[in-house]
Amino acid sequence: MQSNAALEYDYSLAKKFTFLTILFGILGMLIGTLIAAQMAFPELNYLLGEYGTFSRLRPVHTNTVVFGFTVSGIFATWFYLGQRVLKVSMAESKFLMVIGNIQFWLYFVGALAATVSLLLGYTSSKEYAQYEWPFDLVVVVVWVLWGVGMMGLIGIRREKALYISVWYYLACFLGIAMLYLFNNMAIPTYFATEGLGSIVHSVSMYSGTNDALVQWWYGHNAVAFGFTVPIVGMIYYFLPKESGQAIYSYKLSLLSFWGLMFVYLWAGSHHLLWSTVPDWMQTMGSAFSVVLILPSWGSAINMLLTMKGEWNQLTDNPLIKFMVLASTFYMLSTIEGPIQAIRSVNAIAHFTDWIPGHVHDGVLGWVVFMIMAGIFHMAPRMFKREIYSKKLMEAQFWLQTTAVVLYFTSMWIAGITQGMMWRAVDEYGNLMYSFIDTVTVLHPYYAIRALSGVMYLTGFIMFAYNIYKTMTSGRVLTEEPQFKTPMA
Amino acid sequence: MFFHWLEKNPFFFAAGISIVISFAGLIEIVPNFAKAGKPLVDMKPRTVLQLAGKNVYMKDNCMSCHSQMIRPFKSETDRYGDYSLSGEYAYDRPFLWGSKRTGPDLHRIGNYRTTDWHENHMMNPAEIVPGSIMPAYKHQFTNVADIETAYAEAVTVKNAFHTPYGPEFKTTRAAWDAHRPKVLADAKVIADDMRNKDVKEAVARGEVPEIVALIAYLNSLK
Repeated sequence: MQSNAALEYDYSLAKKFTFLTILFGILGMLIGTLIAAQMAFPELNYLLGEYGTFSRLRPVHTNTVVFGFTVSGIFATWFYLGQRVLKVSMAESKFLMVIGNIQFWLYFVGALAATVSLLLGYTSSKEYAQYEWPFDLVVVVVWVLWGVGMMGLIGIRREKALYISVWYYLACFLGIAMLYLFNNMAIPTYFATEGLGSIVHSVSMYSGTNDALVQWWYGHNAVAFGFTVPIVGMIYYFLPKESGQAIYSYKLSLLSFWGLMFVYLWAGSHHLLWSTVPDWMQTMGSAFSVVLILPSWGSAINMLLTMKGEWNQLTDNPLIKFMVLASTFYMLSTIEGPIQAIRSVNAIAHFTDWIPGHVHDGVLGWVVFMIMAGIFHMAPRMFKREIYSKKLMEAQFWLQTTAVVLYFTSMWIAGITQGMMWRAVDEYGNLMYSFIDTVTVLHPYYAIRALSGVMYLTGFIMFAYNIYKTMTSGRVLTEEPQFKTPMA
Repeated sequence: MFFHWLEKNPFFFAAGISIVISFAGLIEIVPNFAKAGKPLVDMKPRTVLQLAGKNVYMKDNCMSCHSQMIRPFKSETDRYGDYSLSGEYAYDRPFLWGSKRTGPDLHRIGNYRTTDWHENHMMNPAEIVPGSIMPAYKHQFTNVADIETAYAEAVTVKNAFHTPYGPEFKTTRAAWDAHRPKVLADAKVIADDMRNKDVKEAVARGEVPEIVALIAYLNSLK
């Protein structure tokens, strides 16, 4: 096996996708903050005419964050760590470089076009799968290109055993491919008739209850294979690399990985509790959601135990703080989900703000924190410069951590208040509140959530600025840092 | 050891992942598929105007704040009417259950709201329901609904999924031209109950404003 030093890795693609991660991150969080503010101050709905209402912007927010920010982050980290754990440089294969660049440009243009299409109201309406069929095709091509690139790199690897992170990226590729294809099956109406109507419009291959089942099998597991699997893959690489500690347990990694693969997909039907899908499916969804705690906590505990005896690193390396906090939010989020999947709890929680609360403690606390930590770790190695400011990083950490806490606490209170008010009855058994009472009561919580959005977005802009200054004016490094990321 | 071997053989590793992740879908979704797709007895599919309204509902993404799923609790049946049945959704492509109730459920709104209520409400929700945080959808009064696409959708689901539309639903443009007056007649019934002059004039001209199609759809939710 060749030594690390002898290989010159090619980071051009990792850099490009890092820019997109930051670009889509700012865009997605900006829209998120705006729509959060709209719920507290409805006048903000009229900034952009028909394109600025909450309802139009909400899928733009979710899709920009999912398919823009997170997917860019997955690609950026893959093009960095894929080479390193497989001990092969992208530059060794012209083919892989070409494929990677086509993937980048197609993805960039496609993601922008798809965002505009949602603003214009072209939507198939299935959550996180709103893109209409022409954009679905672009997604599929981009995904296949990534898969070809990944398999190609694995094909020419020097390190024969696949490191844990590669398992997770491979699973991300396969899982999303399967889910996306099946859920987006639709017939374009223009081609099914003699060219009648809009060329973009399509109709789902599934109807009603079936469509709901397929959609939430997808919706839940797009979270699994987009927001969990690759992010776990990232922390398995970045935490040991940053801390200099070996992963605590190989067996726990095995158990968590295969456990997650098997269990996750069953839990999708917990989105449909008390609906018209058969009871046994609902029960399966609930039961598997609870089982899911095991593999989720397995990974998180494996990470925390990796830091055993090295907790002093928390005080002198803010990057370790980012990653430990991310693991902790992962644990919080993966215990909260199963609680919401219990029927009696779900009866109160479903349809309320507790659900976006849950999503955001996972995404803001776990996914975004981990991707930012990854980029902080990669930047000095890609740009050969020291991180511009440790102080800024510390300030960002505390600002964003406070923001996440404000977000989920306000939404917990809002959700439970709303759920309880919907079902409250007076002494004669009549409903106590009209629907609008349950809306106006939430105003203070919506205002707090909007504030938390502003804080989180500010933190993310501080992150972007820090990376920008690192690239342009960080102290030049003569050799690659081994573990701890150097910062001024 | 098996796992050490597997980690050195990416092909089998990927095959292993693919097998392990497919169980859930196969066992949870496939067995019930035919049964869950059945409509209630004698249920009629939506008219072309209602389908166009459904597409407006999707375009303005009403389901980001409104559900169409009444759960079997007394507090919900008291508020919204009978709990929802699977067969009622059999012609819904896509399903529009929603996942969040920032506003109330709409699955049976046709039972307790009228055309003129919707007209006033969509123009300025906070005036009709003080404290409402729903935005106004004034653009629906001027934008024209795409009834031709709605017709294409009806024909597509008829041919692909045997949704029971009549024999006059054909893939040709001539068939659409023949059906168009029927859609406009349906639109006129809605517009007659509205006050907005521009909307009435548009319908008289042969155009269907989005609001008319949307109200036709909302009135059909019963």
